[in-house]
Amino acid sequence: MARKLQPINAGSMADIAFLLLIFFLVTTTMDVDTGLMRMLPPMPEKNQKKNQDKIKERNVFVVLINKNNELLVQGKRMDIHQLRQAAKEFIANPDNKDNLPEKVWKDIPYFGHVFVTRNPVISLQNDRGTSYGTYIKVQNELIAAKDELRNELAQSKFGMNYDDLDKDRQNAIKKYYPAAISEAEPKNVGGGK
Amino acid sequence: MRSKFRPNEGEREVGQINTASLPDIIFMLLFFFMVTTVMREVDLKVNIRVPEATEAKKLEKKSLVSYIYVGKPLPRFQAKFGTEPRIQLNDQFRTVNDIEDFIAQARDQLNEADRNKLTVSLKVDENTKMGVITDIKQALRRANALKINYSSIKTKKLK
Repeated sequence: MARKLQPINAGSMADIAFLLLIFFLVTTTMDVDTGLMRMLPPMPEKNQKKNQDKIKERNVFVVLINKNNELLVQGKRMDIHQLRQAAKEFIANPDNKDNLPEKVWKDIPYFGHVFVTRNPVISLQNDRGTSYGTYIKVQNELIAAKDELRNELAQSKFGMNYDDLDKDRQNAIKKYYPAAISEAEPKNVGGGK
Repeated sequence: MRSKFRPNEGEREVGQINTASLPDIIFMLLFFFMVTTVMREVDLKVNIRVPEATEAKKLEKKSLVSYIYVGKPLPRFQAKFGTEPRIQLNDQFRTVNDIEDFIAQARDQLNEADRNKLTVSLKVDENTKMGVITDIKQALRRANALKINYSSIKTKKLK
């Protein structure tokens, strides 16, 4: 009385799979997160002396943004479109001007003995009333200035963009253009709340 | 008429297409999406339009990233929380004072080796005032979470 085994009807399997598929399609977020990477300065130690005036004034590029989103760069008002150029000139100091960062002879791998700026610092200060959009625009310009210089150098020396180079070469270029962007201790410039 | 493509028309009936492998194909697609899916982790309770930037870089290693959202509360929360920009951590409205705890918690969930690689992504509406952000940055410095990322959309050219 052996009964013939009926094959299981698998026709609806596809439907079930489709249902699951659609669920995952809907819940999937494919967007990649992008943004500007920054490092905050560590909190100063309590008993640490203030050594802010150790850096010479000519080596600091001060960018202030007030509560009306206006820029004051090195004591002069400036439009945001000129900022990138000004920052590039500050970092590289191609003409060895007196009011721009001092330059020293340095030995750098791949480049040899070169005349470069010594630790220029860009200091960005904002008011509590500054809008975040403007702040990011300024950050973006400053990062762009640094990246453009490094890319130009990487292109002329290695024929590649900075990001595509290996660690050693990137470090060499970093030494050539050692710009640091500092997020200053918060101050209330311009008195906004 | 004899067609090149249907050689013996009339003699043969059109056979049914074999669909036995259809589930397999669908399952394959399904597994692809299951693997790549990242579930939406939080319900946004604030309105955020992040600014644009040309130098934005991709954020690597999502598991090491914690998010802080800042923006105007959505209309249905405005009666309770007002229209001033507020901070959202996980699923709730919070204040600056809660950030240190939030970071400590996020750190606890990571491996020992990854703890100092924690990145905080600030998803902030572009119309927010910097006052709030400065407070958040100070709180992050106190919590020793120094790697931050100003979330922004990458564009080729700024307006």
